[in-house]
Amino acid sequence: MRIPCPLCGTRDRREFWYRGAAVDLERPAPDAGVEAWDDFVYLRENPAGPTRELWYHEGGCGAWLVVERDTVTHEIGRVALASEERS
Amino acid sequence: MRLAGRGLIDRSKPVAFEFDGARHSGFEGDTLASALLANGVRVMGRSFKYHRPRGVLSAGSEEPNALVTVGAGDAREPNVRATMQEIHEGLQAWSQNRWPSLGFDLMAVNDLAAPFLGAGFYYKTFMWPRSFWEKLYEPVIRRAAGLGALSGQAGGERYERAHAFCDLLVIGAGPAGLMAALVAGRAGADVILADEQARMGGRLLAETYEVDGQAGHLWADVVLAELDALPNVRRMGRTTVFGAYDGGTYGALERVLHHSGRRPRGAPVETYWTIVAKRAVLAAGAIERPVAFRNNDRPGIMTAGAVRAYVNRWGVSPGQSVAVFGNSDDAHRTARDLLAAGVHVPAVIDSREDAPESRDFELRRGAVVCDASGRRGLEAVTIRTAQGEERIAADALAVTGGWNPTVHLTCHMNARPVWRDDIACFVPQEGAVPGLRAAGACNGAFSTATCLREGAAAARAVLEELGRTVRDEPLPEAEDDPYRIAPLWAVSGKGRAWLDFQNDVTVKDVKQAAQENFRSVEHMKRYTTQGMATDQGKNSNVAALAVLADATGRGIPQTGTTTFRPPYSPVAIAALGAGAEGKGFRPERFATSHAASIERGAPMIEAGLWYRPSYFPRDGESDWRQSCDREVGYVREAVGVADVSTLGKIDIQGKDAAAFLDFVYSNMFSTLKVGRVRYGLMLREDGFVMDDGTTARLGEKHYLMTTTTAAAGEVMKHLEFVHQGLQPDWDVRFVSVTEQWAQFAVAGPKARELLDGILDAPLDAADWPFMSCGAVSVGGIAGRLFRISFSGEQGFEIAVPARYGAALFDILTDRAEALGGGPYGMEALNVLRIEKGFITHAEIHGRTTAFDIGMGRMVSAKKDCIGKTMSERPGLLEADRERLVGLKPINADGRMLAGAHLFREEDPPVRENGQGYVTSVCHSPMLGQMIGLGFLKGGSDRHGEIVKMWDGLRGVTTLCEVTGPVFFDPDGGRMRG
Amino acid sequence: MRFSGLRVLKEGLTGNRGWTPHWRDPDPNSDYDVVIIGGGGHGLSTAYYLARDHGITNVAVLEKGYLGGGNVGRNTTIVRANYFLPGNSEFYSHSLKLWEGLEEDLNYNVMHSQRGLINLFHSDGQRDAFARRGNAMLAQGDDAVLLGRDELRPMLPYLNFDDLRFPIYGGLYHPRGGTARHDAVAWGYARGADRRGVDLIQNCEVTGIDIEGGAVKGVQTTRGAIRAKKVAMVVAGRSSQVAALAGMRLPIESHVLQAYVTEGLKPCIDHVVSFGMGHFYISQSDKGGLVFGGDLDFYASYAARGNLPGVEQVMEAGMALMPMIGKARVLRSWGGIMDMSPDGSPIIDKTHVDGLFVNCGWNYGGFKAVPGSGNVLAHLIATGTHHQNATGFRLDRFRTGRGIIDEEGKGSQHNLH
Repeated sequence: MRIPCPLCGTRDRREFWYRGAAVDLERPAPDAGVEAWDDFVYLRENPAGPTRELWYHEGGCGAWLVVERDTVTHEIGRVALASEERS
Repeated sequence: MRLAGRGLIDRSKPVAFEFDGARHSGFEGDTLASALLANGVRVMGRSFKYHRPRGVLSAGSEEPNALVTVGAGDAREPNVRATMQEIHEGLQAWSQNRWPSLGFDLMAVNDLAAPFLGAGFYYKTFMWPRSFWEKLYEPVIRRAAGLGALSGQAGGERYERAHAFCDLLVIGAGPAGLMAALVAGRAGADVILADEQARMGGRLLAETYEVDGQAGHLWADVVLAELDALPNVRRMGRTTVFGAYDGGTYGALERVLHHSGRRPRGAPVETYWTIVAKRAVLAAGAIERPVAFRNNDRPGIMTAGAVRAYVNRWGVSPGQSVAVFGNSDDAHRTARDLLAAGVHVPAVIDSREDAPESRDFELRRGAVVCDASGRRGLEAVTIRTAQGEERIAADALAVTGGWNPTVHLTCHMNARPVWRDDIACFVPQEGAVPGLRAAGACNGAFSTATCLREGAAAARAVLEELGRTVRDEPLPEAEDDPYRIAPLWAVSGKGRAWLDFQNDVTVKDVKQAAQENFRSVEHMKRYTTQGMATDQGKNSNVAALAVLADATGRGIPQTGTTTFRPPYSPVAIAALGAGAEGKGFRPERFATSHAASIERGAPMIEAGLWYRPSYFPRDGESDWRQSCDREVGYVREAVGVADVSTLGKIDIQGKDAAAFLDFVYSNMFSTLKVGRVRYGLMLREDGFVMDDGTTARLGEKHYLMTTTTAAAGEVMKHLEFVHQGLQPDWDVRFVSVTEQWAQFAVAGPKARELLDGILDAPLDAADWPFMSCGAVSVGGIAGRLFRISFSGEQGFEIAVPARYGAALFDILTDRAEALGGGPYGMEALNVLRIEKGFITHAEIHGRTTAFDIGMGRMVSAKKDCIGKTMSERPGLLEADRERLVGLKPINADGRMLAGAHLFREEDPPVRENGQGYVTSVCHSPMLGQMIGLGFLKGGSDRHGEIVKMWDGLRGVTTLCEVTGPVFFDPDGGRMRG
Repeated sequence: MRFSGLRVLKEGLTGNRGWTPHWRDPDPNSDYDVVIIGGGGHGLSTAYYLARDHGITNVAVLEKGYLGGGNVGRNTTIVRANYFLPGNSEFYSHSLKLWEGLEEDLNYNVMHSQRGLINLFHSDGQRDAFARRGNAMLAQGDDAVLLGRDELRPMLPYLNFDDLRFPIYGGLYHPRGGTARHDAVAWGYARGADRRGVDLIQNCEVTGIDIEGGAVKGVQTTRGAIRAKKVAMVVAGRSSQVAALAGMRLPIESHVLQAYVTEGLKPCIDHVVSFGMGHFYISQSDKGGLVFGGDLDFYASYAARGNLPGVEQVMEAGMALMPMIGKARVLRSWGGIMDMSPDGSPIIDKTHVDGLFVNCGWNYGGFKAVPGSGNVLAHLIATGTHHQNATGFRLDRFRTGRGIIDEEGKGSQHNLH
C-alpha cells in the first residue's frame, strides 16, 4: 500500500502509522455527555467500503493525514493534512 | 536418455553432480531433472501419503513429485524442485520422505492400506483412548508426514532484500513478455523484465516453432540482446514475481547463487525484492494439466509440454518408447517432436473422435488411457477404445489435458478468474489488479502469434497511459494454430486416479468428499487436502474442481475455484526476513556513556531499543546484590552518577506552548514559572495513564518535556496528533531532542559538592531550590541543569550536547569516586525509586488511572485535558478498584516477588478471592528487608492490614503489611534539602 | 453415522461407498426458535450447545458462504488458557476444559494436541508480568510453569540463545496449551449440531433484522424472510455490518491479520512458541508445515489479504528468534478479518433489542474460544442470564468504564491492540 503524502509525495505504507477512523478529530466538549463521548472514543461505523481515517507520516514529515481509503479494495483516494481538514 | 544433436545445453561443458550419493554427469544448461532423466534415473521422489515412487511430472516450478534436498550442513535446502535446480559442479542432492532409501521405502506400506486412508479418514478415528493422541497417534503421524528436513542449524547462507521502481514490470519472458518488454523498452520506458527461469524465452525454448523466420529460441536471443543494449531495461532472470500487493507493489524472489557452487564472501544466495511498478504486464504463461486415470502417477508419465521441453531444450528423452495421450492437437505436436528427435512413439491416444488424422504416427482417435503399469517406472499403458481395452508397451507417456493460464497474480487481490468454455480453462478477470494487464498464454492466448500480439498490445496500452509516444511496429511472423480441445478431466474406471500427485488426492477422494457433503470447493479442498501441497495444486486444482462439479451436478464456473494466495511459488523465510538475524532484528541505541560502562564491566540490559548498565561490579563482589547495595549507598550517603539520557526529551516552543501542555497533561503547566520543573501525568483519551515525566519551563514560550524511555515515540506521536488534529490553530512546535542531549543524574548528599567542582560557576543554593532548572556552563560548554530527583535524595540532572556526553560522564564518575560515591546502574536506580514509591511502567502498565496510583488530584478540575472526561467514568472511580500500595513482609526475612498475587490472610489463593498483585520488589538496604509496590483492591484504605502474598509459580507465600507506597523519607526532606 | 476406527475399516473393505453426508443441506423453514447469524466456529458451537445443553433444536445457522469459511478456517490453530485478568481468566479456562474431551463429545477427531505452549520473556519486567499471568493461571486452577533460560534451552534448543537482540530470560510454560485442526473443529460442531436437528443453511446472507416494538422478530435473507424468537449475531469481522441492520454501532474495528504456512517438513518444532518482543507465534502442523503469524497489518480492512510490510515483520521476528527456520519456504499466506475491540477482549451480551444477542470482539484470539464462546452464548440465549464464566464480556463496559479487560495493558482505545 502506498500513500500520497501531500508534503512528501507517494510513499510506502512502512513510513506511516495508522490511528483509525477520522472520528478522532471530532473531539466533543468535556461536558457533551456520556453518549457523545462513547461515540467519540468507542463506537465506530467500521464501514466495508470507503472510509476516512488518520495516518501519521512518522517516517517522513511528521504530518497527520486524513486519508480516504476503501477498506475492501484498499484503494486510496484523497489525502489531506489533518491540520487543514479540521478548520 | 540423451538425444544426439538436440537441445540448448552446452555439450562442451560437462558437469559432475551427485544424487543420493551416486555420481552422475550432465551439461551446463541442464536442470537436475533433465540431467537425471539423461542418466536414466526415473524415480526422483516419494509421494506424501502413500509413499508411491514418483518420477518428474513437469519441467517447471509447478513440479509436485521431484522434490529433493540440496546441500549439506547449515546450507541444507529441503524440498528443492529438481526441475528448477540447475546443476553445477559438485552439486549434491538427496531424495527425501523415504526410509531407508528411495528405492525401498518402508513407509510405502501406506499404499497397501490405501482403502482405509481415504479423504478425511483421520477425522473419524484415532479418538480412543483420549490420551493416545499426544502419546501415540500424533507422534507417529508427524514422523510419517513432512517432506524434507531442515538442518536445524542457522545462518549458513546470506539472504538479502532490495527495492526497485519502474514504469513497467513485465512478469514472464516468453513470447508475450519479450514482446511487451521490447515495445516498452524501445519507447524509452523504465522496464523490468523478470522471469523465474535461468534462461529467458519461456516456451520458445521448449517448442520447435519459428518466429520471424528463425528458431524461436534464436529470435528470443536477438530480442534479449537488444533489451540488454537498452539502458532503460533491467533484466531479472531466476526471479519469480511471487505476489501482487496494493499500490502497484510486487514481491519478487531472485535466486542469485543456487545455480552455482560458489559462495563469494558476502554474496546472498537469494534476494527478496519489493518492486513498485506504475504498470505491470503479466505474461506468466500457462501450466499444463494431466489427465486423471488409474495409476497415472507412474514414473515415466509426464505432461506433454514437459516432454517437449526435455526433448527440445535439454536434448533428453524420458524414454525409449514414448506414448502420447491427450485431448488437443498438442498431443500430435508432441509426437512429431519426439519422432523428429528419433524417439519411438508407439501410439498417440487422442480422446477426440474428430481428432485430425496423421500419417506420421499411430493415432487412436476417441481413445483413452485407462491404466498404467510399472511400479518403479512405466512399462505399459492400457488404452480403452470402442473396441475394448488394449495394452501398449511404453516406458514413458506424455499426457496433456489442456493448459491452465497462470492467473495466480491476478487473483492476489481477491478477484476470481473467469471460466472460458471454448478453451476449457480459467482466464484472468480484467482489471483484477489495478495497473496490471495479462497478455499471452496466461490470458488464454495459446498460439505464438497471439502471444506476440497481446504482449505488444499490452505494452502499447501501458505506454499510452504513461503518456509516452508509441510507434506502430510490425509484429514478427509466427505460428498461429488454433487451440482445439475437448475437455477431459478424468478417465472413468476402477482403481485410483491421481489429481494432486504430491498429496495423493485421487478422483475417488474428491467424489467421497462430495458424497459426504463437502460440496463447496473450499470444503473439498480442505477435506481432501487437494492443492495444499508444495505446488498448491498448480497442475491439479482445475481438474479436481471439474471432478467435483461433475460429482455435484454443477458446472465448473458454478463450482468456482479456491482462493489463489501469495506466494506464487514458495519463498524462504530467510529471504523475507533477511537482515533480522541476531542484532539485526531491531536498531540498537547506545548512550554516550556506553563504552565507559562496558569498560567498567557493567552488564548491559535492554531498555526499549537502548542499552543501559545494570550495575557496575567491583572486585570482590560475588553477586549483583552486593554491587547494587553499594551503589544505593553511594546515593543515600555520598553521591551517585547515572546516565539518564535514554529518557525521551521533547523540546516544545511557541506562543501557545503553555496552553498546549495544560491540554496534554492532566495537571497545570501554564502556571509553572520560568526556571522551574514540574512532574506531569499524561492520560490517554480513555482516561488511563499513558506516561509521566518532568517538564521544565526554560522560557516564557519554551518547555522541555521528558518522557519515560519506553514511551518516547508514542508521546511524540500523541503530541503531534493533539496539535495537528485537535488544536491546529495553536502556535506550538515540537522536536525530539533525545539524541541531542546527554543527561546525567547526580544524586546524593554530596551532589552539590560534586557539581560545584565541575561547573564554571558554583551553584548558589538559593537559586537552585528543588524543582528548579536553568543554564549552566561546564568546562566552557553550555549545558542545562535540573534539580529533580528520582532517588529521593538531593538530586540534579545535568545535560550537555551529546558530543560531550562521554567526557562528562568520565569527569562525573571520577569526581563521584573521589567523594566516596560512583556510578550507579538500573538495579540501584530501581531500588532507590521503590524505596521512595516512585512509579515506572511496572505500575503505569496501561490499566491504571491517576485515581489508582493515588494521583487523582493531579487531574486538574480547573481545565479540560486529554483523558479527563473518560477518567471520570463511574467504573474508574469506584473505591474497590485496585489501588497502589506499599507492601512490607511482616517478618524481616520475608521474601517478595513481583508478579505474585495478593489475598486476604485467611483466603485460599483462588481467582475468586484475588485482592491484587505485586508490581515491583527490591531488597531495601535502608530498611534492611524486602519491600514492594503493588495494587490492592481499595488499597488506599487498607494501610496497616496484613495480606497474603502468594506466588504459586515459585512456591512462595509471605504475609505482608499494607503500607503507603513511600517507604523512605516520607516527607521528602532529603530531596528538598 | 458414528465414526470410529472400526467404521473406517469396514468402509475401507467395502469401497468407501457407505459414507453419508456430514450434514444436511436443508432449505430454510419460515420459523425458528433461534436464528444464529454466522456459520463460523462460534456460530456452529452456539447451535451445538443450544441443542446439547438446552434442548433447543429448532435452530437455524445462517451462513452467507460455506460453513467454517471465516476465521475458524484461517487461523494459526492455537488453543490455550493463559489469560490473567478476571473476566478472561475463567472464560478461557472454561473453554479449554470443553476442548479437553471435544473428540468424544463430537465423535469427531479435531486433533486437539496439548503439546504445550511457551511464551518467552526478554527482560526482568516481562518476567514479572508473566509471573503475574502464571500465578493467575494457577489461581484459576489451570497449569503454568515459570522456566528459566537454562530450563528452556533443552526444550527449545533451536532458539537463538546466543546473540538475539533481546536475550531470552525464560518462558512461561503452559503444558495444556497446544493446537487443533481448525477446519475439523468447524465440521465437528456442524455435524454435531446437524445431528441434533439444527438446520445449517449455507449461501444464505442476512440482509435485514426485523424488529418490532423493541423486540426481534426475525431476519430477512437472500433465501427469504425467516421469523425467529431470538437472533444471535456471531459474525466476527462482519459484526459492524450485521449490527447496523439492527441500527446498532459497535465498539469494533475490523482489521486484517495475516498468517503463514511453510512447505511440509519433518518434525522440528514440538511446541507452540510465542515471542513477545516480535509478536510472533509458531507451531508445526501434523502435516509438517510450520504455521505461524504475528501482528496485524494495522489498518482497517475487509479484504482478507495483507501486504508485504506485515509479512516482513513476521519473517523478521522468526529469523531473529529461531534462525534455523530460514530455509523453510513460505507456501501460502492469507488474511483473516479480525473484529478488534478497544480493550482486546470480547463481547458476549444482550443488546438493546429484546431477543437480539451479540457475540464479537475476538480480536486475534477467537479460535481457542470456539467451544467456550458457543457454550456461554447458548446459555445466555437459553436462560437469559450470563453464564458464570462469562459475566465480564459486557457491551456497556466502555461506556461505564466498569470491567474493562485490557490484557495487554495497551489501553482501551481502538487500534492499540
